Amino acid sequence: MELLSNLELGFSVALSFQNLFYCFIGVLLGTLIGVLPGLGPVATIAMLLPITFGLPPVSALIMLAGIYYGAQYGGSTTAILINLPGESSSVVTALDGHQMAKKGRAGAALAIAALGSFFAGTVATFLLALFAPPLANLALQFGPAEYFSLMVLGLIASVTLASGSIVKALAMIVLGLLLGLSGQDIYTGTPRFTFDMQELADGFDFVAVAMGMFGIGEIIRNLEDEHQRSLVAAKVKSLLLTKDEFKASIAPVLRGTAIGSVLGILPGGGAMLSSFASYSIEKKVSKTPKEFGKGAIAGVAGPESANNAGAQTSFIPMLTLGIPSNPVMALMIGALIIQGITPGPNVVTEKPDLFWGIIASMWVGNAMLVLLNLPLIGMWVRLLTVPYHLLFPAIIAFCCIGVYSVNNNAFDVYSMALFGVLGYALVKLDCEPAPMLLGFVIGPMLEEYLRRAMLISRGDPMVFLTRPISASLLILAAIALVVVLLPSVQKTREEAFKE
Amino acid sequence: MSLVRNPKDVLSGLLFIALAALFAWQGLELPFGTSGRMGPGYFPMVLSGTLGLLGLIVLVNGLRTQGEAPSSIAWRALIILIGSIVFFGFAMRPLGFLPALAISVFASTLASQKFRLQSAIINTVVMTVFCWAVFIKGLGLPLQIIGPWLGGY
Repeated sequence: MELLSNLELGFSVALSFQNLFYCFIGVLLGTLIGVLPGLGPVATIAMLLPITFGLPPVSALIMLAGIYYGAQYGGSTTAILINLPGESSSVVTALDGHQMAKKGRAGAALAIAALGSFFAGTVATFLLALFAPPLANLALQFGPAEYFSLMVLGLIASVTLASGSIVKALAMIVLGLLLGLSGQDIYTGTPRFTFDMQELADGFDFVAVAMGMFGIGEIIRNLEDEHQRSLVAAKVKSLLLTKDEFKASIAPVLRGTAIGSVLGILPGGGAMLSSFASYSIEKKVSKTPKEFGKGAIAGVAGPESANNAGAQTSFIPMLTLGIPSNPVMALMIGALIIQGITPGPNVVTEKPDLFWGIIASMWVGNAMLVLLNLPLIGMWVRLLTVPYHLLFPAIIAFCCIGVYSVNNNAFDVYSMALFGVLGYALVKLDCEPAPMLLGFVIGPMLEEYLRRAMLISRGDPMVFLTRPISASLLILAAIALVVVLLPSVQKTREEAFKE
Repeated sequence: MSLVRNPKDVLSGLLFIALAALFAWQGLELPFGTSGRMGPGYFPMVLSGTLGLLGLIVLVNGLRTQGEAPSSIAWRALIILIGSIVFFGFAMRPLGFLPALAISVFASTLASQKFRLQSAIINTVVMTVFCWAVFIKGLGLPLQIIGPWLGGY
């Protein structure tokens, strides 16, 4: 069995002392930032990118991945205990989870969230191991036209990630693409959008853009309104589930895992979308839909499994195609490029230890989270009492040091400040920064494939429609666009994002 | 009723159009090429046009539909934080890591309305020592501790 020997290779990498250590640091940090509102995985991973320079690629990726799925766990802990979702993906968990906590079942809600997540993580890890290699093989046959269409599909689909206006999200993507093009033109070396500045010869630094938009902009936003967080944490008595609760959770966990696995693979999917979808489905299939919002355990079990499955399977397009499906994956690609690895279908064959090591480490990391988090819940809750006005100067310091150390260059610090202002302005105008960051990463690739495809076809744009794979991808993109623009879907979207 | 019904959309539309114009203006001098052999200016122009068009749609939407005005801007946080960051970038070489970091951290604590001198000083000292331990001692980043202006080398 090739799969088994591959997994064996993966576990031998993931279980090495060094990688276990970085996995542990990753999930610990992830939980920490998941617990703290106002600091998300994107900003954290961006801050840590420079630190990963010195690490071997596998360890770096294992740690960064740990932050991502660790954040899902941490976010749900605070959602349940104090009705304050630390992450966007645990917004729906707060609905029923906190109601359970009010009824004295906080322990049960936390336990099912952890166990459901662990189950979903295990399944998603196997799916990743099973489907990623054939997908990579398929991708090896892709020409420039297919890649172009795939990226268009990914970008269009990511619009579903944005809350609010679709047109604004599309505009943000295009803005990101444009910013991504700054620097030297790959074919002619002509400087573009450099505004005659030497420092922009290689374009804006990715870390500076990500930290500015997600880190600095967010801090300014949080300082607008410094109300005291009144924290009444629910007491956690017993983590044991009753028989009835266990029975009521099995089906939602299975459904959540399935939904999350599928939505995670789709470009634009990931943890948040999965949890929203799972919650609404559980509410629909439930025999007692009135219980939802009043402490239904299915409303915790489903979305928690779904968001973890989605977080895991969103690695599939990143690892096999080199295309990010959400901003966190965009940062992972940034990390790979910094390490001198070109993300794409070749990673599976050329760097099997990296590929399988990451996959195996996800399972290891999920196991760590269950063991780590249930006993440490009390500590996480206490952490929440650290006031924000003591916290944000630390974030500023980390951002400054991090972005400076990428190139030992003050210019990157100034760019971060600039993008901080831009990010703040855009958030104030209800324009989500996530699609822009995706566009920023994809911009250069998109242009390269477009130019190559058009060169081969001698300038005939029909090439994108005459090649079957490319055409189907573009049709999917068109369908996705039409669907989100349908009035009925727009209404449900608004409801889903209203929280 | 004023002409601007949804200020957020109108402003974002104008922002997108302005940025599109900026990129288009910068892209004008780049060789355009043909669709078979695209020059460095081709794709940027297409994108600038798209951005301008999308901006226009957002703008028109903002004139047609009702919406709320953006909440007031946190000028204090904005100016102080951006100032601290820019200062950090400026001061890294002449002053060195420790002074640049300490001053930036202290300055950034002023951004909060809950600023208190005592906790700000403690925060600054703790952060400076912590960052020195983690980044210089722990990770060995090649950063100058004290810069030439303060007698470093």
